[in-house]
Amino acid sequence: MSEQCAIKKVTEITTEEVDRIKAWINTEEYKEKNLAREALVVNPAHACQPLGAQLVAHGFESTLPFVHGSQGCASYYRSSLNRHFREPAPAVSDAMTEDGAVFGGQNNLHEGLENAYALYKPKMIAVFTSCMPEVIGDDLNSYIQNARNEEIIPQDYPVPYANTPSFNGSHVQGYDPMLKSIVECLGGGKRVEGKNNGRLNLIPGFDTCTGNYREYKRIMKAFDIPCTMLADISETFDSPLTGTYHPFPGGTPLDETADVLNSQATIALQSYATKLTTKWMAQNTDAPVETLSMPIGVKKTDELLLKISELFDKPVPEELIAERGRVVDAMTDAHQYLHNKKFAIYGDPDWLLGMVSFLLEMGAKPYHILCSRSNKKFAKTLQALLDTSPYGADCNIWINKDLWHLRSLCATDPVDAMIGNCHGKFITRDLGIPLIRAGYPIIDRVNLHRYPTVGYQGTMNLLTWTVNTLLDQVDATCEDRNFEIMR
Amino acid sequence: MAKKLRQIAIYGKGGIGKSTTTQNTVAGLASLGKKILIIGCDPKADSTRLILHAKAQDTVMDKVRELGTVEDLELEDVMRTGYAGINCVESGGPEPGVGCAGRGVITAINFLEEEGAYTPDLDYVFYDVLGDVVCGGFAMPIRENKAQEIYIVVSGEMMAMYAANNICKGIVKYAASGSVRLAGLICNSRETDKEAELIEALAAKLGTQMIHFVPRDNQVQRAELRRMTVIEYSPEHKQAQEYRDLALKISENKKFVIPTPLTMDELEGLLMEFGIMEEDDEEIIGKVEGA
Repeated sequence: MSEQCAIKKVTEITTEEVDRIKAWINTEEYKEKNLAREALVVNPAHACQPLGAQLVAHGFESTLPFVHGSQGCASYYRSSLNRHFREPAPAVSDAMTEDGAVFGGQNNLHEGLENAYALYKPKMIAVFTSCMPEVIGDDLNSYIQNARNEEIIPQDYPVPYANTPSFNGSHVQGYDPMLKSIVECLGGGKRVEGKNNGRLNLIPGFDTCTGNYREYKRIMKAFDIPCTMLADISETFDSPLTGTYHPFPGGTPLDETADVLNSQATIALQSYATKLTTKWMAQNTDAPVETLSMPIGVKKTDELLLKISELFDKPVPEELIAERGRVVDAMTDAHQYLHNKKFAIYGDPDWLLGMVSFLLEMGAKPYHILCSRSNKKFAKTLQALLDTSPYGADCNIWINKDLWHLRSLCATDPVDAMIGNCHGKFITRDLGIPLIRAGYPIIDRVNLHRYPTVGYQGTMNLLTWTVNTLLDQVDATCEDRNFEIMR
Repeated sequence: MAKKLRQIAIYGKGGIGKSTTTQNTVAGLASLGKKILIIGCDPKADSTRLILHAKAQDTVMDKVRELGTVEDLELEDVMRTGYAGINCVESGGPEPGVGCAGRGVITAINFLEEEGAYTPDLDYVFYDVLGDVVCGGFAMPIRENKAQEIYIVVSGEMMAMYAANNICKGIVKYAASGSVRLAGLICNSRETDKEAELIEALAAKLGTQMIHFVPRDNQVQRAELRRMTVIEYSPEHKQAQEYRDLALKISENKKFVIPTPLTMDELEGLLMEFGIMEEDDEEIIGKVEGA
């Protein structure tokens, strides 16, 4: 290469200077500066509200998710879901532009509804918003009512809707209003006095592990209790490859959803993602509505099974009791590798509560717990959980911090491993701390969403991944004299 | 049985006296034994000062700015109780010329709903809304399941009537798909010519009523200087009785309509009818004095 062709560097920084800064960002001094940072978020562990709403919409039979807002926003939710599941996430948007921002988005919504209804023939269109219509204050209720009055859609055609401003909360807050609206739209006013269809309404919450939905169904089958899984995405995002494309595979049947108010009971397995929905259920039916923790680990799974047993007056099935025995045995075999090991975990509030509970029962320390979008109430709930175990002592809760903060924390106050979504891999690369992938999204490994992380089976999976990751790390980093065939 | 909550939004041209009228009327309703929440939907945050005797309370958006998030905000941080047990909240908003005040109203009302400000013991919620219905955010108080009755404060001045007519156009839009209705015009007198008759006529054209004519009285100003409503400052004064009368009329009002807004020509015709504009005014349009 001639001298003229050599790339001119923008700034001249010596190798020594690069090395100095590389070392400096691992120091206490940098950590303090980093934690004081307010105006910038680097690598957050959450997505925006509409993504949560779209996941719900995908969980219902023949339902088209419809983004009222900008087209680019819709692409983001679709590609994010698509990369995680490696499945298409068909959704439409009414592509609001400058004129929509000035005049309001009613025309966009009406044209969009007309086209989507004619082209894709869904049984239901679930509308949710991106930022723009929320800032200008579009009133979805009146727009949709006007669409009916103008015969753009039939009077009785279900079009549930949710206001999901992307600039507020996270995918967890967006999940809830969409689910509530769908349940209300289909099942509202259909409570029949004295009727009990004998079913359990099970609401998993924002959960992108299709294996978890299948695991819940397996548990209910073992109990022999019919279950209406609200927002069942297990087929939508994990359907068999048959050579024929179905735009809307799977999903909770609409007629089942219409009967939710006549079920024997409702259990929600995430509290932060289901508040509005469970409140509406409780207001509209006398049947019990219970909110439990995500059943991660033995204790939380026990709570779920005992609650089902109590609500339906049925004993816990033998096969589940046997499974429990097996996972307890596996935990006993593995506990020596986990005892007092420190973990950094990051993700959604409900998932963190489950994961902390699991680590504590293994005698491991959830040392840095980070939630990039939550509030002080959650921090209190989490602290209360930590206080139930000696392994919870000296653990740190980081609310509204991001993964760049976590990098600093792991550099100055290290942990043995991290559990969280794939965005933590940058910390792994910089600091050599291994990552056990769980949560949303996972776009750099295959098939993990097919393996449950809830119930006794899920606990077994988590246990296996966690311990084996730690042992891989030992093998990869130990001195030759300590390299043993047996661990 | 739970009480039937009535939610009322007050609109009207800027500076017409919405906040003063609202607070005096609410004080009047409170003296009838009603339990009321006032939600100020105006970045100026002056919808509750006469009830609270305070310059301005901490607004929802002030606290959001301070905390950097609405998530850690508690109801007791922003809700104050003033005269006669009236609960007060101000949405607040950005400085003039920046940001989006309309979104501030949406954020504030969503927050109040989530945090349970609409308690079952309430008889009324009053939304005191800035100026005209300027954007979607300021129409938040009249979305479904919120205010169903709207009163427009108006006077005999042409621009006030023009604004009232415009607000009616907004109401028609919302009424078509929901249950929001126009409940009446409140005439806050500016002592213009034939004011009561003019507003009666405007009300008739709009298909509604002039629910009350509030005469101009300096007692209102005297009370305001003390950051009080007339009802609290001088309950025996005749002006206090005017507001009590208005309160009673509102509590007994059953006339809720979808308004029939006027065209600009019709509105001008109305003004001519009452001699505010001359028939032959056409000729003077655009002509300078003495021309």
